[in-house]
Amino acid sequence: MSSYSAWDEKHAGEIIDGLKSTAGATLPILHALQGAFGHITERAVEMIADALNLSRAEVHGVVSFYHDFRRELPGRHVLKLCRAEACQSMGADALAAKAKNALGVDWHGTTADGRVTLEPVFCLGLCSCAPAAMIDDKLVARLDETSLAATIAKARA
Amino acid sequence: MSLLIRIPLDSAAVALGADDVAAAVEREAAKRKMAVTVVRTGSRGMHWLEPLIDVDGVGFGPVTAADVAALFDANFAKHPLNIGKIAEHPFMKAQTRLTFARCGAIDPTSFHEYQAAGGLNGVGAAIMIGPAQTRDAVLKSGLRGRGGAGFPTGIKWKTVAEAKGETKYIVCNADEGDSGTFSDRMIMEGDPFSVIEGMAIAGIATGATYGYVYIRSEYPVAVRVMTRAIRNARAAGLLGARVIGSDHSFDIEVRVGAGAYVCGEETSLLESLEGKRGQVRAKPPLPAIQGLFGKPTSVNNVITLASVPAILSDGADAYKRLGMDRSRGTIPIQLAGNVKYAGLFEAPFGMTLGDLVMKIGGGTRSGRPVRAVQVGGPLGAYFPTGLFDTPFDYEAFAAKGGLVGHAGIVVFDDTVDLARQARFAMEFCAIESCGKCTPCRIGSVRGVELIDRILAGNSGPEQFALLDDLCSTMRQGSLCALGGFVPYPVTSAMTHFPEDFRKNVA
Ligand SMILES: Cc1cc2nc3c(=O)[nH]c(=O)nc-3n(C[C@H](O)[C@H](O)[C@H](O)COP(=O)(O)O)c2cc1C
Ligand code: SF4
Ligand code: FES
Repeated sequence: MSSYSAWDEKHAGEIIDGLKSTAGATLPILHALQGAFGHITERAVEMIADALNLSRAEVHGVVSFYHDFRRELPGRHVLKLCRAEACQSMGADALAAKAKNALGVDWHGTTADGRVTLEPVFCLGLCSCAPAAMIDDKLVARLDETSLAATIAKARA
Repeated sequence: MSLLIRIPLDSAAVALGADDVAAAVEREAAKRKMAVTVVRTGSRGMHWLEPLIDVDGVGFGPVTAADVAALFDANFAKHPLNIGKIAEHPFMKAQTRLTFARCGAIDPTSFHEYQAAGGLNGVGAAIMIGPAQTRDAVLKSGLRGRGGAGFPTGIKWKTVAEAKGETKYIVCNADEGDSGTFSDRMIMEGDPFSVIEGMAIAGIATGATYGYVYIRSEYPVAVRVMTRAIRNARAAGLLGARVIGSDHSFDIEVRVGAGAYVCGEETSLLESLEGKRGQVRAKPPLPAIQGLFGKPTSVNNVITLASVPAILSDGADAYKRLGMDRSRGTIPIQLAGNVKYAGLFEAPFGMTLGDLVMKIGGGTRSGRPVRAVQVGGPLGAYFPTGLFDTPFDYEAFAAKGGLVGHAGIVVFDDTVDLARQARFAMEFCAIESCGKCTPCRIGSVRGVELIDRILAGNSGPEQFALLDDLCSTMRQGSLCALGGFVPYPVTSAMTHFPEDFRKNVA
């Protein structure tokens, strides 16, 4: 399960201060903030812009460019299903349809109970034991209908 | 004496339960009051046998936590999961392991084990012969970049070395976004010091004193192992102000990507390292002249760098002797998707695609006939079995309308629909386009619409002509190979599997 702290401006400021002098600090800061708070808040964008001497629009541009960064909190669990070719060759499309159906969401959606967010991912480097998935920090290989259903049930419990 | 049991920490093994197996081994040993040391290693690359555990060179796999008690009962000898000596396994015997010689055999973060297994001989040689001869050795070896473009590494290093500037960088491209590839991940998890040593040699050869390893965020295990290995390399003096006691200074840090396929493209990667949107830069200037923060920069793929130590230690000639035509040395081929013996197979260039898929890979995992293979990632062509006589070689693949890329082979059985695969290629391009040029940004969206129309069947032959046109516009008008190469999977699917596009055509 992913557990994030509530937004805390002081803590965020410390994170930014600790990283702002590294070269090309934007991504390391965004990763650290998202790791702590689960998403990038509007206030965080402002603070990064101030610290790095960038415009807010520039920081927004970076946040929106990368699939990893989110502007809203995800569900308690994030289920990433690989959509790429090696996983397709082992039935990933059908599994994705099942997952969407079971969760009642499309890609990037979060279940109504806030339990699970479904994300696509393009390759986890587990192409030799496809289909692959990741539930929070845990890697799963050779996913099938049974293990998918079990993973979803556990996440919703 | 404590019994040494090696269990992979490799992502594939972990995804198949290696952590549970390791925990079960510790539990069982405690229960039996046996002295057992568990060492976590990389993977040997026989992924159908993972988790594959190694007791004194003898392998057992695939092991589940439930098998562990029985393995102890059998004293790790006679047991149905015993595959015999790992090194004697036919899949291993058929390989020429230079780059992956140590992967899976040693503790990846133990500097001592690395050195005992022949590590550091390459950097030692580079220091002895000096920068110019080091570049020369790499040039003579015939090594070409393993990231996909196949550019001679020695020439790139020469350009960086001769570029003006006090500060120069080595950037290790560990973005490995191609579906069907995992060799970068495996070497970073299984033998990270070889990458570090390769980067240090690159530093010596070019005059660069600082390096970045840009690892995709989808590889948390690689990030962890690589970070630890860098710390240990610094403590042991491979990195720092005096690289193994020489006058060369070199240090490295890890940076993590953020889920953008295009950031594997070298200039996009540099933008990302600088903290910006990963938008592709127009070339010139070449990164070798004006790269990271405007400084001369050598961007090299993980496997390219990891191949360098062996070239320096065993000599350029030994490397060059392997391979065929202009593709020299070995290449770690990744057998992926619907294939029975899936995993990593390092061999000299020149084996045929058919031998790799059928003899080494054993055909499909599903047991159905092979219908298509995609080589070289999402921008690589789909080949029918009729092209299985193509040797694994940059030029031979190009001659057949394909590419070797990062050497991943994705196998599909006869349930595949190549029109859907072509549609996916366009969709992927639309999702991952950096947005800089119109043919790629808009063309990919148009491509999806066109294929949808063809698939819906309410169209005539003019739709095929439009798709052809679109592909040539994208090929010619795109700034980088994302938009420029996506026609490979699309047109190869149309050429070799036209029936899949015509199912619904009146
Ligand atoms: C869309 C795109 C994605 C790429 N992805 C990667 C990648 O993940 N890893 C890589 O090493 N090279 C990748 N490349 C190739 C790099 O631009 C570059 O050629 C390579 O890193 C140079 O290193 P090499 O000479 O050692 O191959 C990609 C290129 C394009 C156009
Ligand atoms: S081809 Fe696509 S990814 Fe490459 S520069 Fe153009 S828009 Fe960006
Ligand atoms: S394609 Fe799914 S893990 Fe690589």
